[in-house]
Amino acid sequence: MRKQLMKGNEAIVKSAILSGCRAFYGYPITPASEIAEAAAVFMPKAGGVYVQAESEVAAINMLYGGASAGIRAMTASSGPGISLMQEGISYMAGAELPCVIADITRGGPGLGNIAAEQGDYHQVVKGGGHGNYRTIVLAPHSVQEMADLTALAFELADRYRNPVVILADGFVGQMMEPVAFPQKAIGSSMPPWAVAGTAETRPNMINSLHMDVDDLERHVRALEAKYKIAEQREARAEEWCTADAEIVLVGYGIVGRILKAVTAEARANGLKVGVLRPITLYPFPVVQFQRLAFNARAFLVVEMSNGQLVEDVKLALNGSRPVEFLSRVGGNVPSHEEVLNFVHGLARRTVDEERMANV
Amino acid sequence: MSSEHVTSAESYQGTTPVVPNEAEKPAGFSPSESADPTLDYTVAHGRAKAFYEHYERKDELQHQTHYCPGCGHGTVHKMLARAIDDLGVQDRTILVGPVGCSVFTYYYFDVGNVQAAHGRAPAVATAMKRSRPNSIVISYQGDGDLSAIGSAEILHAANRGENITVIFVNNAIYSMTGGQCAPTTLLGQKSTTTPDGRSAATEGYPLHVSELLSTLEAPVYIERVALGDNKQVAQASRAIKRALENQVRGLGFSLIEVLSPCPTIWKMTPVDAQRWVHDVMEKTFPLGVFCDRTKERTPQPHALESSAAPGTLPKAAPTLADIPGILGVAEENLPEGNAHAVVSEHDIDLQVRIAGFGGQGVLLLGEVLAEAGLDAGLEVSWLPSYGPEMRSGTSNCCVRIESETIDSPLVNSPNVLVAMNEPSLRKFDKSVRPGGWVIYNGDEFPANCARDDVHVLALPFTHLADELGDTRASNMVMLGALLEITGVLPQASIDAALRRLVKNPRWVELDERAMARGRELYKESLLGGVKCVPMAIQT
Repeated sequence: MRKQLMKGNEAIVKSAILSGCRAFYGYPITPASEIAEAAAVFMPKAGGVYVQAESEVAAINMLYGGASAGIRAMTASSGPGISLMQEGISYMAGAELPCVIADITRGGPGLGNIAAEQGDYHQVVKGGGHGNYRTIVLAPHSVQEMADLTALAFELADRYRNPVVILADGFVGQMMEPVAFPQKAIGSSMPPWAVAGTAETRPNMINSLHMDVDDLERHVRALEAKYKIAEQREARAEEWCTADAEIVLVGYGIVGRILKAVTAEARANGLKVGVLRPITLYPFPVVQFQRLAFNARAFLVVEMSNGQLVEDVKLALNGSRPVEFLSRVGGNVPSHEEVLNFVHGLARRTVDEERMANV
Repeated sequence: MSSEHVTSAESYQGTTPVVPNEAEKPAGFSPSESADPTLDYTVAHGRAKAFYEHYERKDELQHQTHYCPGCGHGTVHKMLARAIDDLGVQDRTILVGPVGCSVFTYYYFDVGNVQAAHGRAPAVATAMKRSRPNSIVISYQGDGDLSAIGSAEILHAANRGENITVIFVNNAIYSMTGGQCAPTTLLGQKSTTTPDGRSAATEGYPLHVSELLSTLEAPVYIERVALGDNKQVAQASRAIKRALENQVRGLGFSLIEVLSPCPTIWKMTPVDAQRWVHDVMEKTFPLGVFCDRTKERTPQPHALESSAAPGTLPKAAPTLADIPGILGVAEENLPEGNAHAVVSEHDIDLQVRIAGFGGQGVLLLGEVLAEAGLDAGLEVSWLPSYGPEMRSGTSNCCVRIESETIDSPLVNSPNVLVAMNEPSLRKFDKSVRPGGWVIYNGDEFPANCARDDVHVLALPFTHLADELGDTRASNMVMLGALLEITGVLPQASIDAALRRLVKNPRWVELDERAMARGRELYKESLLGGVKCVPMAIQT
């Protein structure tokens, strides 16, 4: 398969169209704007719809409309825009509408800056909108994964009738790497629940309102049951040199790439280090964590946020292993040296502790 | 306070007697031809086909609406249902319901129903109409929904000229939430949040949505009607049908604002409330057609199931087989991988940082390098610094070209730094790996940047590019020097990369000369006694 050099943001759009996406509604924001720009070029050529909305609020509600009409549709933004979309994401989860949302994160809170940060973890993974819902969250760490996980996102969105978020940092969105699109272009058939202005779809209704308390409880429980199935079936993580790993490094997105580089150096120094990189942030790959905990002495979570991913790691390990934490924020990236030094220190401490325990 | 601002039923004395007049009854209000004998009540008027027979989505009282006696929504619903019937578009109709008293439109209308978030119905309707152009999309909204929280969505849907129909029911108050002040609340009108009456000083003036939207160029039809008496009801019915017909004909955006009574919140009897619409509301919100471009617009049949922006003709969608070609990812369109594969006994590990001012061609230099690496069958990554488009901004990018899979695209310690100006040199010179290279664009290397553990090639590249005929080629002169120093990439890969990235043949020719000049300059500097070792050997 021949590869071509492409930006991560552009790969998302091309993969989306190959996956049958025929509508994009967006609002410009750095570092996600290339997604809207590529969609503006390619969506009409592919026979799809591109609308530049007046705000992210309008964009997410256009997504609600497009999805209601049975169209595979997407939008893209970054932190502040994703904040504005939370209302619509909650409505879409409530009305069980499939859609794909790309969040190419930047620094926060507030206007923050436009450098790559991972501070959107909580608002995206835990759901920044109101009510009892979840969104499936995929975290690519390369341009190839931007393409592959976009295709997966549309598949999961339809399978679970739920919003799926691609959570990528500014680095993964902006960088160019060789990418291949081995998949055939697919179309999307009209979902049986859609409202499309036809005789067959006339009885259908898209709605998130359940006035009766018992009715709403049933609905929320049904959503929960759906999420449970996703938790059992869809959790994904990449393991890198974990077979004999005593220290497991944990990070997603660009941090995953840094951790792989650190692992190579740490192993060259004789340390048994591996990487567990969550690819799905919800559902969280709990089983993989618990499995690696059998051999690992400690886990080190590295994130470009102030302790958001680490909470899920602690929940997954449930106290079975110590969880260390290294964080950079503001758009700074943890350097190889910084992580490597931390790993060396951690290795020494772990050995010391073991020795103390054996005395 | 003048009489037109008085709102309580006790003090309001209507001036216009409302007498039902058979002659004024509009179409759609004819007596039913077949009453259902199983019902224990009498159907006074015929049911529009666009209504459900029984309101089964309602939990109880499925034979009647949830609207209060005297509420205008029931009347507007009936007029809308009749219009759908008359135009024969029931199967094609999608009704987007708002948040407010009319949140339950899906109880009643036997059409495709979508319930939208507060104020967002025009955005929802936009997307539905764009993707399903054969559908008839109606956005049904109240005044809190449309003119307050949804003011952006209605403005821009109207301004884009979406081919949708908006029914805007204005009762000058938030009713469902219990009577709070709305943008449309009249001056002096009491509400739970303006207990002393709306004051212009603190709440501003009633918002005139129809007038406001009529200033736009895109809308095709905007009319304000009222439910103040039967004559007005008849006119409202005609207007609603016309607005829907405009969409069926593909003319564009239509909005009908309906001044509508809310006896419950206004604390009036239904009769007084209707009079209040006629006698008081109308003075603030004059009735009439504010915009009519129906004759200027060309009707467009939307029978084709294809997507197109309003005002353009629908085009047939390409086949799935055409999609990869359209996206430029079809196998046959792609560069041949390993076209000029390098054979090297050594692992290649080239980590380059290129930095300079925006406009010096920093990113392109990096792209040519990365493209060439891919052509040479190597692993590559290209990572830009990105920022706001600002004057005198700096720009830099990292390129990695390696034999093995690239773990991280970040470059902390480059083995080559291309510094196109002094600030870039000062920012990154300390990061260069011992034994690495600094290629610097300047007459002489700043003394306080000198390191004895790196190689330096400092030349006035900009000046040298000038000699070639264009200052802008200085990045390519520096690239030539870099290629000669590192010796990793075959010239054929560079040529292929350049042709992929630079479309103008004049520029390709200049860039090729510039790179050749860069190579020469490096060789000349060797003769001058500069110590150097090609990078490929160093690794």
